[in-house]
Amino acid sequence: MATGSMPERKRGVPEGLWLRCPQCKSTIFRKEAESRFNVCPECDYHFYVSARERIRQLLDADSFEEWFTELRSCDPLGFIDRKPYAQRLEDERAKTGMIDAAVVGRGYIRGRPVVLGVTDFAFMAGSMGSVVGEKLTRSVEEALRLKLPLIFVSGSGGGARMQEGILSLMQMAKVSAALGRYDRAGGLYISILTNPTMGGVAASFALQGDFTFAEPGALIGFAGRRTIWNTVKLELPEKFQTSEFLLQHGFIDRIIHRKDLRTEVARIIDYCEY
Amino acid sequence: MVQHRLPFEKEIYDMEELLARLESSGDGQLGRSDEIRRIRRDLANLKRMIYSNLSPWDTVLVARHPDRPQTVDYINLIFEEFVELHGDRAIGDDRAIRTGFARLGDFRVMLVGHQKGHDWKERSECLFGCAHPEGYRKALNKMRLAAKFRLPIICLIDTPGAYPGIGAEERGQAQLIATNLLEMSQLPTPIICVVIGEGGSGGALGIGIGDRVSMLEHAYYSVISPEGCAGILWRVANDETKARAAAALKMTAKDLARLGVIDDIIPEPLGGAHRDHAEMANTLKTYLMRYLRELRGLPVDELLEQRYQKFRRMGVFVEEPASAT
Repeated sequence: MATGSMPERKRGVPEGLWLRCPQCKSTIFRKEAESRFNVCPECDYHFYVSARERIRQLLDADSFEEWFTELRSCDPLGFIDRKPYAQRLEDERAKTGMIDAAVVGRGYIRGRPVVLGVTDFAFMAGSMGSVVGEKLTRSVEEALRLKLPLIFVSGSGGGARMQEGILSLMQMAKVSAALGRYDRAGGLYISILTNPTMGGVAASFALQGDFTFAEPGALIGFAGRRTIWNTVKLELPEKFQTSEFLLQHGFIDRIIHRKDLRTEVARIIDYCEY
Repeated sequence: MVQHRLPFEKEIYDMEELLARLESSGDGQLGRSDEIRRIRRDLANLKRMIYSNLSPWDTVLVARHPDRPQTVDYINLIFEEFVELHGDRAIGDDRAIRTGFARLGDFRVMLVGHQKGHDWKERSECLFGCAHPEGYRKALNKMRLAAKFRLPIICLIDTPGAYPGIGAEERGQAQLIATNLLEMSQLPTPIICVVIGEGGSGGALGIGIGDRVSMLEHAYYSVISPEGCAGILWRVANDETKARAAAALKMTAKDLARLGVIDDIIPEPLGGAHRDHAEMANTLKTYLMRYLRELRGLPVDELLEQRYQKFRRMGVFVEEPASAT
């Protein structure tokens, strides 16, 4: 599949020459942020990056071979909210240039062969429906068959995709079962959490890694902040559900700056001699 | 105690009152007993009519009925013995999930079940069946024990969802559920899961990976609560949007059977499980015994392969030939 044909316009990144950092509020030259892995040069705020850009940043140049591009979501429930799900899928495809929220395949990280899967927040908040679940499951099975390390980069605000109802919930079970097999066979799985990783994605593959890394300042958790607030009616702690919060509470191994991810992942692979 | 009355059951209650009045005034007149028989028949027909036409939202209300039998009721009604085993060996003993050894006919099993509570006191103790991370950790600890000693596991699912709170997040709600999903897919012993009331999203799935997954007739099982869905899609959760969400999400037992997610719809007594705990328990027992017999003696690798394939098949998508892209 031709990656070069993708439209330049992306949801999640405002257009124009200049960007305003939501954290430090400084105005920065877009090209400068882009040359620094889409990280704010003033305060290290990590901007959204698309799955394609993520793959470019992580893998050796032109080493990515995309898999399972023929999978398409359909509308098994006949789900209609403000618009029919089938229409929503069409609109999302047009907006993002992606077919669904996950891109998977194989490639090399500093010369080490890996299987890589990325969920992209721009497509329906990176939520997992049948296609995302199937792509990830197949890539785990391929990693097992090829005896390769597996890396998933999660950026899923929505968790399981509501529009596919219970089938989305069952994708959590499906991917988990595949990862369970891979684990028992001795597979190496590195999970990288990016902003945001919530709900059913956090409660399945994103937190099933042998190693769990996170980018700084990512929102990571199970329940949404509003749901929690409605239940407990208490002020939420500072940094609640951030990478730093999870590190402090013992749920992730390392917080890693985006520019260092490649090196750090390669180093872990070497330690495990996988 | 005031009965909890569902709005669509009004006619049933009216007729039951009429019947009770006639029966209590029983002066043995012949004509009177004919009338009583007729009303009993009508009442049965009415219940059948109402309960075979429940809307998805009505189903949610039945699934949440405070008098509906819960895990502890089934423990008393179905199992000959229950040896509760407390605690997750890390934080505490979550009362929203009960775990322990139980006997069912000839079978020794590990029972794991959500408990929502019937009255206010019990409900506040077990937080309406919303488990914390320690509940999921406790469940997995006991399930591992079961696997070690080759006991089958029965999971009774009945939760609005895992608890959404500060402590729950601090102690790793997502992490513990994720761990359970992975581990349950690999546990080398039969696992039977039945949604007995509410199947609330990840909180339900956290003890929901099994070789058999079934639902009681009026239970629901959903990726998100109808309230949550309504709030996201229509900004506000009122009676109208909740009903729309419940219908859109396809969360009833019939829907799940059609989508290939569950094995069986376990029938409820006429007018719902809350009307007859004993009959409901009996039916559930029949199904559990059948599953246990079917799974007994299956070699472990075959059991695990079947479990893998069961979930592997789930999902609906199309595969377009590459040329079409």
